[in-house]
Amino acid sequence: MFETLGKWLDYMLGRFHVAFIEADRWKLYLQGLGVTLEMTVIALVFGTILGLAVAVVRTAHDQQRPGRHNIILGFFNKLCNLYTTVIRGTPMMVQLLIWSFVIFSNSRNKIMVGIIGLGINSGAYVAEIIRGGLMSVDVGQSEAGRSLGLNYFDTMRFIVIPQAFKNILPSLGNEFITLFKDTSLVNAIGAAELTYYAQRIGGRTFDYMPPLLGIAFMYLLIVIVFTWLQGKLERRLRESDRR
Amino acid sequence: MIDVKNLSKSFGDHLVLDNISEHIHPGEKVVIIGPSGSGKSTFLRCLNLLETPTEGTITFEGTVITDPKVRIDQIRQQMGMVFQHFNLFPNMTIRRNITLAPVRTKLMGQAEADAEAGRLLERVGLSDKADAYPAQLSGGQKQRVAIVRALAMKPKLMLFDEPTSALDPEMVGEVLDVMKELAREGMTMVVVTHEMGFAREVGSRVLFMADGVIMEQGAPEDVFGRPQSPRLQDFLSKVL
Repeated sequence: MFETLGKWLDYMLGRFHVAFIEADRWKLYLQGLGVTLEMTVIALVFGTILGLAVAVVRTAHDQQRPGRHNIILGFFNKLCNLYTTVIRGTPMMVQLLIWSFVIFSNSRNKIMVGIIGLGINSGAYVAEIIRGGLMSVDVGQSEAGRSLGLNYFDTMRFIVIPQAFKNILPSLGNEFITLFKDTSLVNAIGAAELTYYAQRIGGRTFDYMPPLLGIAFMYLLIVIVFTWLQGKLERRLRESDRR
Repeated sequence: MIDVKNLSKSFGDHLVLDNISEHIHPGEKVVIIGPSGSGKSTFLRCLNLLETPTEGTITFEGTVITDPKVRIDQIRQQMGMVFQHFNLFPNMTIRRNITLAPVRTKLMGQAEADAEAGRLLERVGLSDKADAYPAQLSGGQKQRVAIVRALAMKPKLMLFDEPTSALDPEMVGEVLDVMKELAREGMTMVVVTHEMGFAREVGSRVLFMADGVIMEQGAPEDVFGRPQSPRLQDFLSKVL
């Protein structure tokens, strides 16, 4: 009984040894992980800025005083509407393929193309999350701000956005986790990130199980760490609710 | 001070204010009473354009504020408003609630605004709450802070939208006391309220609104003592 188990463990350890230790393959995983994290962070920043801009345009457009409709704002609102509709209405994978093989078909830098695809995709979701968050703040809050003579942007900046931020943090965290995991799709357009290396090592050693389980564990670990950080931040932001 | 001409407001097909003309003089304490749904709050909210009138003009100290080109933020800096649900900013301390607007509108520097906040809080007996957050205060304390927050802008006029309606009964008094003191100091006030005792004691003029019009108005003695219209008589019989 124990002998069989011992043999099986030896056999498994051997397979993992081949996938991770032999020929210094662990360096490839680290390299891939680095690229994955780099893509996540840049796409995250890009997507958040884009999403915030779109959310502000759409909210500002919806909150104009009747009879004072701004034509330029109306134009940008239409543009933002089109953007969120198209991005949210098509699969992430199809978008990445279009970025890579249609729009930037001459580019060799597939990581950059991946970042653009991910960032623009994420921006549309972030925009809707932020817009929902801004609308979730009691209208009495902005009325109080405006009644004191604060202008629209100060009211947003000091009163509405900080409160909205607290409300949207859970969904924003979810979106960031989705973005992090979606970096693995960039593998399909040939960017050398974590999943790409795992597949390549699997092909080289004729054994896919150890590298794929290994990277699944790496993704999971990072998501768990991120969720923990998010929980800490949420607790800190709730400080003003204490009684 | 405020001149309202032919003011109408409708939400969709529903006409809430029907051709109201009214004048509010400096130093007056105008109290607006009436059944719910009569348009009292909408009328008050039109005065600082939280609601945009459908028709008519409102003039504040010679400026036609219903003109779309007017810088409404500057007008609102001169009119304080107190809400039924306080609307304190829960993400800021009490001190910052009070100083945010004066500092951002460049009325005062931060140090001056802090000193002013301290002085105002002391007046309403809440000096020890400056560093607390709104969630830590009782309803009455929140409303007193809300009044102080509006006063910190040194407004020429104060609008009160049912300031005691959301309070527990034992906290109504402390808020009304602050408002009475403010009235004694000569502040121009427009107050929508269900507190008939306050209307009688503090009001220099009482407006009775029903069905989107000012049905009857006059000195508190007349409105409460010799009501003319059957609607007002009926209303008073229910609330007094």
